[in-house]
Amino acid sequence: MKLVTAVIKPFKLDEVREALSAIGVQGITVTEVKGFGRQKGHTELYRGAEYVVDFLPKVKIEAAVDSTLLDRVIEAIEGAARTGKIGDGKIFVYDLEQVVRIRTGETGTEAL
Amino acid sequence: MKKLLLTCAMALGLLALAPLAPAFAEDAAAPAATAPAAADATAAPAAPAVAAPVSNKGDTTWMMVSTLLVIMMAVPGLALFYGGLVRSKNMLSILMQVMVTFSLIVVLWFIYGYSITFTEGNAFYGGFDRLFMKGSWDNAAGTFANAATFSKGVYIPEIVFAAFQASFAAITCTLIVGSFAERMKFSAVLMFCVLWFTFSYAPIAHMVWFWMGPDAYTGADVVDAMNAKAGYLWQMGALDFAGGTVVHINAAVAGLVGAFMVGKRIGYGKEAMAPHSLTLTMVGASLLWVGWFGFNAGSALEANGFAALAFVNTFLATAAAVIAWCIGEALMRGKASMLGAASGAVAGLVAITPACGNVGIGGALVIGLLSGFAGLWGVNGLKKLLGADDSLDVFGVHGVCGIMGAILTGVFNSPNLGGPSAVADWTTVTMIAPDAYNIGAQVWTQTKAVLITVVWSGVVSLFAYKIVDMTIGLRVNEEDEREGLDITSHGETAYSR
Repeated sequence: MKLVTAVIKPFKLDEVREALSAIGVQGITVTEVKGFGRQKGHTELYRGAEYVVDFLPKVKIEAAVDSTLLDRVIEAIEGAARTGKIGDGKIFVYDLEQVVRIRTGETGTEAL
Repeated sequence: MKKLLLTCAMALGLLALAPLAPAFAEDAAAPAATAPAAADATAAPAAPAVAAPVSNKGDTTWMMVSTLLVIMMAVPGLALFYGGLVRSKNMLSILMQVMVTFSLIVVLWFIYGYSITFTEGNAFYGGFDRLFMKGSWDNAAGTFANAATFSKGVYIPEIVFAAFQASFAAITCTLIVGSFAERMKFSAVLMFCVLWFTFSYAPIAHMVWFWMGPDAYTGADVVDAMNAKAGYLWQMGALDFAGGTVVHINAAVAGLVGAFMVGKRIGYGKEAMAPHSLTLTMVGASLLWVGWFGFNAGSALEANGFAALAFVNTFLATAAAVIAWCIGEALMRGKASMLGAASGAVAGLVAITPACGNVGIGGALVIGLLSGFAGLWGVNGLKKLLGADDSLDVFGVHGVCGIMGAILTGVFNSPNLGGPSAVADWTTVTMIAPDAYNIGAQVWTQTKAVLITVVWSGVVSLFAYKIVDMTIGLRVNEEDEREGLDITSHGETAYSR
């Protein structure tokens, strides 16, 4: 089992969600985050006081998937989230040791 | 701090020249003790020989409505305007400082403030005739004392006048909190405001606005005696319709002194201190604009043509200032901002305050446009020059635009520039004729009033802050400031996490 984490541009969330649904990923967790990589921030000016804002708003998606599905998941996210411009984001893959469905107590791939 | 002392010294030096001024003022064709049109009414009822005068219903209604509008300007207008500009961890501290200061001063006003400001006393202070508002109405007989307006034989109930002025005194004190936002102790704010209200607001309001009323001027033989009972700046001929000196310059100087004495916020200049809600700031600015019609037009004390003039001037000058600030900002950095537009509105409102019933519509337009640019400079160029952390730019807007508006009132009051002129003789209520109007002299009078206000407020503030600092301390400790005043001073958070 793998935990796939992707940091993407916020407006791409719906597209990525649909792409994941299409290949059979049943659920995801979404958080609003901020960060930066190579995409520059911007400057805000309030009455003469200048602030350089480095952090840009992003969205983080986490999905626990079966290892067999991994490549298609990565492909789906990449395809849906890409704009071709700097700031598209990154995908991280972690090994997932255990998963439990709280309602039923199922574990392992059955809980995915 | 050095800059502050230098400025004070220069101002005191200038003040020393003031006795020379009457030599210039008398060049004006008007009699030596010219009574300006824009003074405020006295508490004293009409002469006893006349049968009990009846207050005018229309005027009374308008004054009550105006009072409501000014209250709205403070709560929630100013509270939201300021609140949106601070970081979210300090939002409640601003709302509290505004609301509680407002309430405190209203209470003190009805206890002693009204009496020491608007009763007969000397040129600087009133007396104690109306302590606890005694004599303002007769509960046994069910009769109410009257206050004069600017028209002979026209009255409003004295308690309505007192209520209107209460809202002025209270909102003036709340203006100051913007300068030392995000770092001052709540108790220190309240203690300072009590001192400053008593020793700066009350006397300056008395000096600018107290006079015996139009009905006291029964003939040429009493003119000098009546004039001598009026406030010092009123006697000088200074024009201040709704409080450019009394409210804005007075408060702005107190704020600036406070900003210097409390010191800069931790992290000022390095950490981000962006406004947390410009949406609320805009809501606040809009409430201020709407409410200000009560502040300015209500200062006419009647629902008449001069109230209408003040109304229209307030409308036009503010709109012009919004445009001017937006243009200025767009030229300066390429974009017009919401904060700029909101600040522009306030700048225009401040500048037109002393002028609103004293200038023509064209004059209002000019004052409005200039104030937009002046305010923009005040919060950028001047702010850098002064070097203080005047957090919410109280001096940059209220100080700069108040001073500019007060001085330009002397220009555009002239009948040759579309203004209504000033009253030359209250016995006959005749205005200074166009060929007799001396703009230079009036501008000098306005300037003197500005300087006196600046120095008086500055000195009183200096002492008041010092006293508060030595007794309870001005500033919260560093940890509390970092964590946020909402949780440390008030045990609350404005927004749930």
